[in-house]
Amino acid sequence: MTLDRSLVGTATEPQTFDIEKGAIVRLAEAIGDPCPEYLNGTVAPPTFPTLFNFRLRHPALEAIDPARFIHGDQEYVYERPLRAGDRVTCVTKIAGVTEKETKLGTATFVVTETEGRDDDGELVFTGRATLIVR
Amino acid sequence: MKAGEELTPLVKEPVSRVQLVRYAGASGDFNPIHWDPERGAEMGLGGVIAHGMLSMGFLGQYAAGIGGAENVQRLKVRFGAMVRPGDVLTCKGVVREVDGTRATLDIWAENQDGEKVTTGEAEVEIG
Repeated sequence: MTLDRSLVGTATEPQTFDIEKGAIVRLAEAIGDPCPEYLNGTVAPPTFPTLFNFRLRHPALEAIDPARFIHGDQEYVYERPLRAGDRVTCVTKIAGVTEKETKLGTATFVVTETEGRDDDGELVFTGRATLIVR
Repeated sequence: MKAGEELTPLVKEPVSRVQLVRYAGASGDFNPIHWDPERGAEMGLGGVIAHGMLSMGFLGQYAAGIGGAENVQRLKVRFGAMVRPGDVLTCKGVVREVDGTRATLDIWAENQDGEKVTTGEAEVEIG
């Protein structure tokens, strides 16, 4: 599968994640964030959905050596905070593929959009990222 | 809180190799450029570089420190410069706008040389 504009609009299979207390604590500790609600694992820090990425890799990106990726930008928008015990089902779709010149040579900029919904189908968060593939 | 107000900076502990390994484990991002110096060098990065998401995590800490753990409604960052083990990042920010109980903040993390490595914005509930 080549990385080109034909991928725009294609999506991963839905993946369901249980938000575990221990996973929240480990992320807060790795960041060095002293916020009590994060450190005791009740509320997830705003960057928590990064943990979902490893199972939300689009097949076209899966085939690429991870060392060729650079994270260009990232946004998370929350309808409500993620908490321990939550279950969210996420889908990531490719929203854009563009070739650009960079300091490190020609690169492909891939924009992805992720939606996370609860069991009632209510939107919990939206993620938007630009991945630069060299 | 009002527009134009400068936020109190947050100085983080120096980024360490152990922290990158820990972050890799916690986040599930095992890209070798974050822990294998040889792979980093091979990719033209001059060694290992920190996960961009770690510096975003610092800015998440900063935003939640202002709005509260459950009150970060939006966080957006651009990863501008590489962060390496030993770098000391400081989160800084300015209030862009306050609309009722919602504040929009311009926030960034800069290194020990004053270079902005990660730049972004946050919307927090300040009710």
